[in-house]
Amino acid sequence: MIPIPLIQSTAETLMDKAAIEIPQDYLDGLQAAAKTEDGDLSAFVLKAMLENYEAAKEDRRAMCGDTGVPRWYVKLGNEARVEGGMCALETALRRATANATNGVPLRPNRVHPLWRTDHDNNVGIGAPEIEYGFEPDGAWIDLITVHKGGLFGTDYRMLFPSDGIEGIKRFYLDSLVAFGKRGLACQPAIIGIGLGGSKDTCMVLGKRAAVLRTVGSRNSDPEIARLEDEFKTLGNSIGMGAMGFVGKNMVIDCNIEVGYCHTGGMQMSVHAFCLSSRRAVARLWPDGRVEYRTDPDWFTPYQRRDTVGWDAQAEAAE
Amino acid sequence: MSPRETTLSTTPTPEAIAGLRLGDIVYLDGLIYTAREGVYKRALEDKANIPMELPAQSAANFHCSPAARINPDGSFEMGAVTATASFRFAKWLPEWMAKTGARLIIGKGGMSSKDYKRYFVPNGAVYLTTVGYGTGALLGRGVETVEAVHWNEELGLAQAMWVIRARRMGPFIVASDLDGNCLFERENAEIAQNLERVYEGTRPAVLKRYGETDDRSDEVIG
Repeated sequence: MIPIPLIQSTAETLMDKAAIEIPQDYLDGLQAAAKTEDGDLSAFVLKAMLENYEAAKEDRRAMCGDTGVPRWYVKLGNEARVEGGMCALETALRRATANATNGVPLRPNRVHPLWRTDHDNNVGIGAPEIEYGFEPDGAWIDLITVHKGGLFGTDYRMLFPSDGIEGIKRFYLDSLVAFGKRGLACQPAIIGIGLGGSKDTCMVLGKRAAVLRTVGSRNSDPEIARLEDEFKTLGNSIGMGAMGFVGKNMVIDCNIEVGYCHTGGMQMSVHAFCLSSRRAVARLWPDGRVEYRTDPDWFTPYQRRDTVGWDAQAEAAE
Repeated sequence: MSPRETTLSTTPTPEAIAGLRLGDIVYLDGLIYTAREGVYKRALEDKANIPMELPAQSAANFHCSPAARINPDGSFEMGAVTATASFRFAKWLPEWMAKTGARLIIGKGGMSSKDYKRYFVPNGAVYLTTVGYGTGALLGRGVETVEAVHWNEELGLAQAMWVIRARRMGPFIVASDLDGNCLFERENAEIAQNLERVYEGTRPAVLKRYGETDDRSDEVIG
């Protein structure tokens, strides 16, 4: 049984870490980009961003003033049990979100869409979002917080099988060029692409590809992994860099996730996880142990399973 | 070549503004106020009295809402500071500039050269863009004190009018000049020359959408 006070205090620490500490994989990616950047202004921007991450850590202040919209992904091992049940967990995450907004402090970004009511704590109707996943073994739970920012850089389009890979490329380029100008997408970014599913799940897949996979990770399907490499190179050949200035670094990495879709369609979404790619993860064990990390490790073989049963596939792999 | 760096007062002289070139790096000294849709609506549409002497105290309007809190004792805690995209405020800015004498508009992404020529240039104003985006922690370091927060009851913390005293706050990049030139449009034009090659072999989607452009030299900010 995992106790609620541990969930809440861990969640508050995660909120703090996400807002302040740039994940190492993204930092490595940006440092590599900074080495190759030869556009004067783009290079200046990357240098300033690297200094900014240091300043944030030194001062323990948020790396960006727009601290995004905090959300939670919760993954449970099949044997995990939470004290008070899942409603208690949701309350703990809402409390942690509100406390950290005041504590770090974060910007209270969340308002009612029509009345613009702001509770000044990033909590409201449907906020923070809490999404769930499960894994076959384990009594642990993973708490993942993502504070994705930005109103730009994300788009959806219904493509069709006849659009093919070239159609996918075009919509990808369109999204980068349209939102890259003036740096609206806060690039260089981790670009997540969702393919298939339904309209809503396609958006979910693309977002998760951007925020729940690390720089350098590759899809387990080798053909999709090859596309990820190709799309990263393609995005960086546009000639656009940080802030839309002339440059060569637009995409720190490109992650693609797929889901089975209607036989007639080929849904596509594109998401940009910005220069402040805020994510933080902790695994909580029933004995009270907490392990912090920055890799959500969301897309396990179980999450990408394509068979009816899981046991059958596990046996086949042996 | 690394860009030129300069320090500027937030009540700048016309000569200081005239000396700025596109792409210069600027650090700011003096009072800066935040104003975005909430403040514009309240001051211009609801005709509320602006709680500052403008432009005597400050000619620098920051399109920003900070990550900040008001402590129980009334003091302020400001962490990171980052701009929000400015193009959405074009509706209010001409009247705001006329009313407040703002000379430095600071934000994200700039405005169009049309905006610059129509009301920035006649008001002797230029646009400074934040860097990144966003260098929130670096800009936060440039906040010497938070002098006041106005209208937080009415507008909430994110839309309130924050008044901050900046000490060598930056970096910012000069994104417009007194001829109405636009840094981002200059960069766009150069990048556009390469787009045909990058798009080679791709095809427009089978299913069209209403109201969209297929001209990649266009911008989405309208």
